[in-house]
Amino acid sequence: MTAARPLLRHVWVVFLLLAAVAPWIVSPYELSLLGRFLALSILALGLVLLWGEAGILTLGQGVFFGLGGYVLAMHLKLTALTPGDIPDFMTWSGRSELPWWWQPFTNPGVALAAVIVVPGVCAALFAWAVFRRRVVGVYFALITQALALCFATLLVSQQETTGGFNGLTDFSTLLGFELAAKGTVWTLYWITVAFVTLSFLGLRWLMRSPFGMMLRATRDGENRVRFLGHNPTPYKVAAFTISAMLAGLGGALFTLHAGVVSPALVGVVPSIEMVIWVAVGGRGSLWGAVAGTLLVNFAKDEISSALPDAWLYVLGLVFILVVTLVPRGVAGIIEDALSRLRPVSPGRKVAAVTSPAGGGS
Amino acid sequence: MNAVPTAANTQLLLAVDGVTVDFDGFKALNGFSMTLDRGALRVLIGPNGAGKSTLCDTIIGRVRPTKGSVYFKGEDITHLPEHQIVQRGICRKFQAPGILSSLTVLDNLLIAARSDRRWWRSITAASPAERTRACEVLEQVGLIERRDMLAGELAHGEKQWLEIGMVVATDADLLLLDEPTAGMGPAETNRTAELIHSLLGRHAVLVIDHDMSFVEQLGGRVTVLHQGQFLKEGSVAQIRQDPDVVAVYLGRSEH
Repeated sequence: MTAARPLLRHVWVVFLLLAAVAPWIVSPYELSLLGRFLALSILALGLVLLWGEAGILTLGQGVFFGLGGYVLAMHLKLTALTPGDIPDFMTWSGRSELPWWWQPFTNPGVALAAVIVVPGVCAALFAWAVFRRRVVGVYFALITQALALCFATLLVSQQETTGGFNGLTDFSTLLGFELAAKGTVWTLYWITVAFVTLSFLGLRWLMRSPFGMMLRATRDGENRVRFLGHNPTPYKVAAFTISAMLAGLGGALFTLHAGVVSPALVGVVPSIEMVIWVAVGGRGSLWGAVAGTLLVNFAKDEISSALPDAWLYVLGLVFILVVTLVPRGVAGIIEDALSRLRPVSPGRKVAAVTSPAGGGS
Repeated sequence: MNAVPTAANTQLLLAVDGVTVDFDGFKALNGFSMTLDRGALRVLIGPNGAGKSTLCDTIIGRVRPTKGSVYFKGEDITHLPEHQIVQRGICRKFQAPGILSSLTVLDNLLIAARSDRRWWRSITAASPAERTRACEVLEQVGLIERRDMLAGELAHGEKQWLEIGMVVATDADLLLLDEPTAGMGPAETNRTAELIHSLLGRHAVLVIDHDMSFVEQLGGRVTVLHQGQFLKEGSVAQIRQDPDVVAVYLGRSEH
């Protein structure tokens, strides 16, 4: 993490102020994009804990993003109905009654809690089963990728209860508020900014605690940690669970901003994109992850409207360049530049958070 | 060998009893037994492939024996999970320095010195006692001035000492040091021998090495392993003169 560099310590105030006043500055379209991308950056922050700190690469974060999004979307569908009715797409698929697992989400309290609880519980069970068997590295990444594939396939195949390929859309109100109203849009945007800030501060606290130190220790030498008498498994499970909960929160907020959740947002390709946001921003840096998410997604918006077919190629190229040339991402470049401007006082080295490949300091 | 310890024998710390480790037909250890008393030094030598590292692996639970048992303080620890074996008081230094390179030297020791190793307690900072212990050990291994450096930036010899320090900081009753002088020059090797001597009494130390000059500096009792089996045990002088040992080992390493 950044040490006591006065310049960086206070620059966040500027960004937070800018974010807060954005509704008055930018166009409604840009605000809608910014809201979505900030929601995505909550997921990216979780990846810093999991990938940057604990060194666990996951290619299945879309699953937990999707769980959060779908859970909330189910509530939004249900809340628009008159009691006894079922969502329109179910009727079209020939269903006549609500599936049992939809029913709890009629209650807004249950649905809002489930946004975090459902991804958290699923992630904890999955991670415990896998990490206990000491599946690590690329094998773990492949399993999570398979998970993302299964999840997206399942959603598409269960048309009559999940909305299939089209997902869930056409939301009208949340807790009685009209989602399309300008006041709701702005409030939702500020809520998103608040959640980004809270996630940021919470994770920063966690990463500076001995828990964060144990995660970095596990990344550096899982066996060394184990043979010092610590069991690395619960640390890894906790990191995976926390990052999944943040992904769920991001998914729910994104669904509110975008007005839709669908399998196209949760499968293999989106899950890889999530990793790329963090790689571009710098996986060892919380603010880097937010910056990377905004950067890549605004670029995606520009490029895919100008050249619709080019985006995936650009993304792939960016990923290759980042991994080979700037492993610490945008954050690494900026932190190196700053430390050159203001040399770190001798005797007090800054702990680099990223991989040994980062040749800084 | 009836190494199964009784409560009466309180000096006995470790008993390896007839351990066989079979890697798909290759017996890395073959009915090997040994005992070690509290606070004592033992040096384990033998040619490459004799089974020295496998013995360490077996004691700390990284490798499970096909036959035989390991007893520690009278308790059968053969099938315990690794971290629980460590929690009972055995800690090992690996051959290649296993340090935590992106943490500071002090943090490396704080992780080792942590007395409450339950994960949900990891939110709380290290206790003053743990800090004091970590600094004590840093003094002992001569790295106190390097405390705020990243462990990955240490010189090779310093990394070896840091890992010895981590093993010591766990306050384990038994320290297993697997080639602690690998890659060190003569001066560093000397210091390492002194360091190990300073640990005896408080800890029992089992050292694996095949540098005979280092073994002589260490003194203490030597156990010779050959093809996974016990070959000889005795003082350094006795071992040097033993015709069997010379035939399988010393003769070859000193040409």
